[in-house]
Amino acid sequence: MQTTSDNAFQSHYMPNTPQERAEMLRVLGLDSVEDLFADIPQEYRNPALSIPPPMSELELKAELEALAKTNHDTKSYASFLGAGVYNHFIPSLVSPLINRGEFLTSYTPYQAEASQGTLQVAYEFQTMVCNLMGMEVANDGMYEGASSLAEAALMACRITGRGDICVLDTVSPTYRQVVETYARPQGLQVHVLEARNPHLPEGAACLLAQYPNYFGYLEDLASHKVATHERDALLVVSTDPIATGMFRPPGDYGADIVTGEGQGMGVPMSFGGPYVGLFATRSEYIRQMPGRIVGKTVDTDGKTGYVLTLQTREQHIRRERATSNICTSQALLALAATITLATLGKRGLRQVAELCYHKAHYAASLISRVTGYSLPLKGTFFKEMVVKCPTSPTVINERLLESSIIGGLDISHIMPDCMLLCVTEMNTRQEIEALVGALSEFSR
Amino acid sequence: MTAQQDHRRRLLMDRSVPGRVGAILPSLDVPAQELPDGQLLRSDLDLPEVTEPEVVRYFTNLSQLNFSIDTHFYPLGSCTMKYNPKINDEVASLPGFAGIHPLQPDYQVQGALEIMHHVQDYLVEITGMAASSLAPLAGAQGELCGILMIQKYHQERGDSHRLKMLIPDSAHGTNPASAAMAGYHVVSIPTDSEGNCDLKALKKEATSDLAGMMITLPSTLGLFDQHIVEVCRLIHEAGGLAYADGANMNALLGQVKMGHLGFDVMHLNLHKTFSTPHGGGGPGAGPVCVQPSLQPYLPAPVVERRSYNGKESYTLVTPEKTIGKVSASHGNFGVLVRAYTYIRTLGNVGLRQVSENAVLNANYLLTHLKDRYHLPFDRPCMHEVVLSADWQKGKGVNGLETAKRLLDYGFHAPTMYFPLTVDEALLIEPTETESKETLDLFIEAMKAIDQEATETPDLVKGAPHTTPVRRLDEARAARQPDLRWQRKAEEDANS
Amino acid sequence: MNPSDRKYSKEHEWAKVEDDGRIVVGITHFAQDQLGDIVFLDLPAPGTRVEQHKKLGEVESVKAVSDLFSPVGGEVVEVNQSAVDNPELVNNDPFEAGWLVKMSSSNSDKEMGNLLTSEEYEAFLESEAH
Repeated sequence: MQTTSDNAFQSHYMPNTPQERAEMLRVLGLDSVEDLFADIPQEYRNPALSIPPPMSELELKAELEALAKTNHDTKSYASFLGAGVYNHFIPSLVSPLINRGEFLTSYTPYQAEASQGTLQVAYEFQTMVCNLMGMEVANDGMYEGASSLAEAALMACRITGRGDICVLDTVSPTYRQVVETYARPQGLQVHVLEARNPHLPEGAACLLAQYPNYFGYLEDLASHKVATHERDALLVVSTDPIATGMFRPPGDYGADIVTGEGQGMGVPMSFGGPYVGLFATRSEYIRQMPGRIVGKTVDTDGKTGYVLTLQTREQHIRRERATSNICTSQALLALAATITLATLGKRGLRQVAELCYHKAHYAASLISRVTGYSLPLKGTFFKEMVVKCPTSPTVINERLLESSIIGGLDISHIMPDCMLLCVTEMNTRQEIEALVGALSEFSR
Repeated sequence: MTAQQDHRRRLLMDRSVPGRVGAILPSLDVPAQELPDGQLLRSDLDLPEVTEPEVVRYFTNLSQLNFSIDTHFYPLGSCTMKYNPKINDEVASLPGFAGIHPLQPDYQVQGALEIMHHVQDYLVEITGMAASSLAPLAGAQGELCGILMIQKYHQERGDSHRLKMLIPDSAHGTNPASAAMAGYHVVSIPTDSEGNCDLKALKKEATSDLAGMMITLPSTLGLFDQHIVEVCRLIHEAGGLAYADGANMNALLGQVKMGHLGFDVMHLNLHKTFSTPHGGGGPGAGPVCVQPSLQPYLPAPVVERRSYNGKESYTLVTPEKTIGKVSASHGNFGVLVRAYTYIRTLGNVGLRQVSENAVLNANYLLTHLKDRYHLPFDRPCMHEVVLSADWQKGKGVNGLETAKRLLDYGFHAPTMYFPLTVDEALLIEPTETESKETLDLFIEAMKAIDQEATETPDLVKGAPHTTPVRRLDEARAARQPDLRWQRKAEEDANS
Repeated sequence: MNPSDRKYSKEHEWAKVEDDGRIVVGITHFAQDQLGDIVFLDLPAPGTRVEQHKKLGEVESVKAVSDLFSPVGGEVVEVNQSAVDNPELVNNDPFEAGWLVKMSSSNSDKEMGNLLTSEEYEAFLESEAH
């Protein structure tokens, strides 16, 4: 309980003591702090503020730890939930490195000389994103995967001067909603096309595909490239960077813009954010790219250094004519991804991808042998698959939770009684077999 | 002569040695499955091969090239670079918060939803609005959401002809960029000689095609608009809605509520006012708060508290006429947890002291520096003060050089050349977490630089001298963009 | 400093009639100095038609973007590719090697007539400075 009076409260974040405040006010020739706010009309000053009183670190931490424990997390549960956000291995060195104050508490590197650490990391990140995606240029990061895809659609419309955005029905429904939110106000049309045989209307600006798609399967990018090429439209692909550790990257298939959700690379799931969006394209389109870009240059002594570059695309210079209003690069999460990729390296990322692949396929082979369950989709999947269940997946998931398992996503609204199941390198054989055992209880 | 290159800065790919490993992964504990057609697999991937200690040393060394709040006074105007409490990060990384998936059913994540609900309530209380959504991932996305709500509001009333958005000339660039993303025609409103919105110009533009006006309060000039109530009234009279950019809320916490002044919608930058670390440029969060008229349009989702059989529970819902979703999930939850922790730590009393100390500190700088640096608007400021280096420019040293010289004194530079309406602008925001001793040292440094501008201008012009690199060639970076490591370029350089 | 063999606009572009009747267009020394290091030119493709004083393209420096306005109306017939490839040419030699486009105009006498002479342009610069 807070027993001190208002004026007596001395925060551990604010150095000014009452004596110092009085002294500073004297310098200003003022009687009280009230005088500093004289421009605010008197009738609106000092409103009641119904917020609890201050709290000590000790008490608050105990309260929040208790609250955190009420959530069902991956420390206590085996999780088979994916659909765009994944439980992947985060090397132990990531947290101490990104929590170094010099990275954590700096800001956008406008003063390049005082921000070489952040800037060089950005250059490393751009390099890695290009290499993963098979693309020529990448930016320093976007908010997250869905809005990256939406920004890519807007960019394709700017490049082509057209207003029709086509999106495959195998793209995540929430991603499609975000594309709608961004496109509609600008008068752009969004058309949903069947992935099996997409017919782009004449004058289409782009085709948006997801690879692997929302259901976990590889999309036929080669034929989608042909379809877009026939219409002089751009192929935009949203990808899972972990999948690019083993599968040919979208750039190999001629994608014009590649986006992605970077969360799987060293960023905890954190109930939806913060994450980092990936964004890459061809060199020729760079001036239409949204977001921050870092380039290599030299200082007055000829020493290598890094700076923000091509800034005239951005809102702080071009204002209403900027390529986007975005003003962040999710630098801290981009740093986590860069450290994770550096640590996993060439072989480690491949290993992670292959572990996901083998475990997911092992789970699939076991589940498809249980009576009442089947895999309705054909094709090559990576770490996620659609499982047709004998009853409502939501009912099954309630039962799984009793066995300390968080089940897959109920996608009954898209495919009746179907569950989108995800298996990553984090799932042990024991967990997979426990899952299959629990699923068998619904077998019929 | 070639300059000495710092070996600590060699890029990862240049450090890569075939065969080195940075992480050991578990061996496959399930029977190996058949791999797909080789046509689908990639043959090579350029990622570095380095060991764990090399990674740790490389990134630790890189971090040390940065100025940061933890190491330096960082008075970067309009960015609110205050101390970021460590408890916030610790709490956000608890397994119960960091290890939960956004698509888990509500009943599995009640603790997370409860925190979000409290944050919604606190922001509503702090802003004097009716409702809020935590969905926007950053200030700029909050702006876009606010503008889209204004747009939808007009459309629902059959007022689709309202296509004009007014924005003061001193505004941050995201304001016009956000309005343009919503398809609005942006009209700039000048600032009057007192630093307030020019009412004459506003009256002229407040016509029947007005959708609204975006106003940063206090403005980017660090001033509280003395006619703000009248400004909101004029916008409403023309049928428009008033948008408050809450980027500068650090000046007003507990002092006044935006909702009381006549604003219809606003966003907050949690990473600024509520002190979540800026991370070298993200993440942030940009929740939006609205009056009842705009509540149905809030971005999805919002958290609702429900009572069932005497038991309270929290659930994610989609507002009735939502402008839609702006990300795949529910917002930057990790940032929300930090903001929650911050609000609870300071409480009602502490939050008021934040704005009091922030404004006091800024005015303390203003008072001490206005004899040596031109103060374009000579009146008390709010949480930040805009000075101009045009007196120094008269001596041959410009604002950029003055700012860079501060780096040599061990201070991060203020924001330069912004707002655009002030020549040689230096926007200085000390924040409430700096001590009087630090402010005094900064004042001494600013005065010393002014003296140098007179006595040894070349010293200032060539600044910085003590940073890891000197002034960088930005023209070269833009003319010949080199944006990633490339094998070929490296080999050429070595040959 | 501003050559007298050509005419000037208040937007700091110059226009010069060549022997073959085509009109060469560029920006003035003053304009390039104001912009600082020019890093990118966005110029229209040959064949584009532009009206007098309407937007012709953009010039970018490191931290600014400026619209280019065409001092005369007509059709763009040639773009200075070496300036596009090396924008610093515009900084170093704005009146000669750093020209931007050549245009053909059917109404050049009248349009050239309503531009400023070098003396008038210098007087204009003088008045702007105060």
